[in-house]
Amino acid sequence: MWKKIYDWLDERLGLQDMYANLLDRPEPKGNWWNTLGSASLFLFVMQGLTGIFLTVYYTPSPDHAYDSIQYIMEGVAFGWLIRGIHHWGATLMVLVVFVHMLRVFFTASFKYPRELTWLIGIGLLLLTLGMGFTGYLLPWNQRAFWATTVGTQIAGSVPFIGEFILKALRGGPDLSALTLQRFFSAHIWILPLLLAGLIGIHLFLIIKHGESHFPSKED
Amino acid sequence: MSGSKEISRRDFIKVTTGIVGGAIGAAIGLPSIFYLIDPALQEGGKDIWVSIGKFEDMQVGVPYPFSFTRVQVNGWERTSNSFGGYAIRKSDNPDDLLILNSRCTHLACTVNWNAEAQEYICPCHDAAFDIEGRVLGGPPPRPLDKFEDFRMTEDGRIEILSKAG
Repeated sequence: MWKKIYDWLDERLGLQDMYANLLDRPEPKGNWWNTLGSASLFLFVMQGLTGIFLTVYYTPSPDHAYDSIQYIMEGVAFGWLIRGIHHWGATLMVLVVFVHMLRVFFTASFKYPRELTWLIGIGLLLLTLGMGFTGYLLPWNQRAFWATTVGTQIAGSVPFIGEFILKALRGGPDLSALTLQRFFSAHIWILPLLLAGLIGIHLFLIIKHGESHFPSKED
Repeated sequence: MSGSKEISRRDFIKVTTGIVGGAIGAAIGLPSIFYLIDPALQEGGKDIWVSIGKFEDMQVGVPYPFSFTRVQVNGWERTSNSFGGYAIRKSDNPDDLLILNSRCTHLACTVNWNAEAQEYICPCHDAAFDIEGRVLGGPPPRPLDKFEDFRMTEDGRIEILSKAG
């Protein structure tokens, strides 16, 4: 019965081919440092899921943001767990993505033909940092408020266009409801969509080129 | 595994992966479900006695309107809900009261007493009830609800029991 259903689907979707190409592809003899990319992907998915769960209660408005998070932490069953995972997962993701980049650099995996994978990886690192920056404001507590004040002020120190950048980030000259709303929008829509898209290309390139060998002493 | 009692390495990995994966899935999945349905599991407010007016102010045979609000904490906000009804005094005996809830039994709009027609009229779908709450016309499935529990205080006030929720 299951075999029949599977065969029917396989004939139309090519499940066997997908399995062979995606999961059963040949790997060089590696070590644990080679798992950091998968760890980053796992963290991205986990941040996505816990983030979706948080939006069930979180309200991106100066009047309610802080209270809604207090409610998540103290009122909702397991709210502390969901937000805890999202909070610590965010820090861990920046760390893992960065160490992943270091691994690729030290094993020279960025060289031909994988330059594009490397460049997209830089984009992924920057987007991950962007997620951290926008997410930091959302609790709307003192630390979040002043961190974003400082962060946007730094962006505003760019010569000539600094003031424009500052206003574009804040949605005006001051940190306001508009800032919170646009950071929220960037945090849950714009940056994650860009991340997901670039991760797709990143993974495609990895599967296309295969993983690089660990350099030997002769290299 | 065929024939032999020893588990092959491959099967052992499969089984342990399944068990560990299932345990992790349950450890995350169950809290997630509770997280989502938590507000539905919260208890409403308490049953409280609410004063609706003095017995001596109620005229025999004339519906005496009353209303009150109750505040419910929902999440991080307080929501006030309005309630109301009509007390119909039938005699000098304070137990001989009929206290109706003005919430229409059709779709919960508030009915109003129309003295000319001697009917409660619902503005939403033209439901009509007689003075004792029986359905005269329109879509309601049952008569107006009653506040069954009421009492008179020592200073002559009528109190009704407002149920939780």
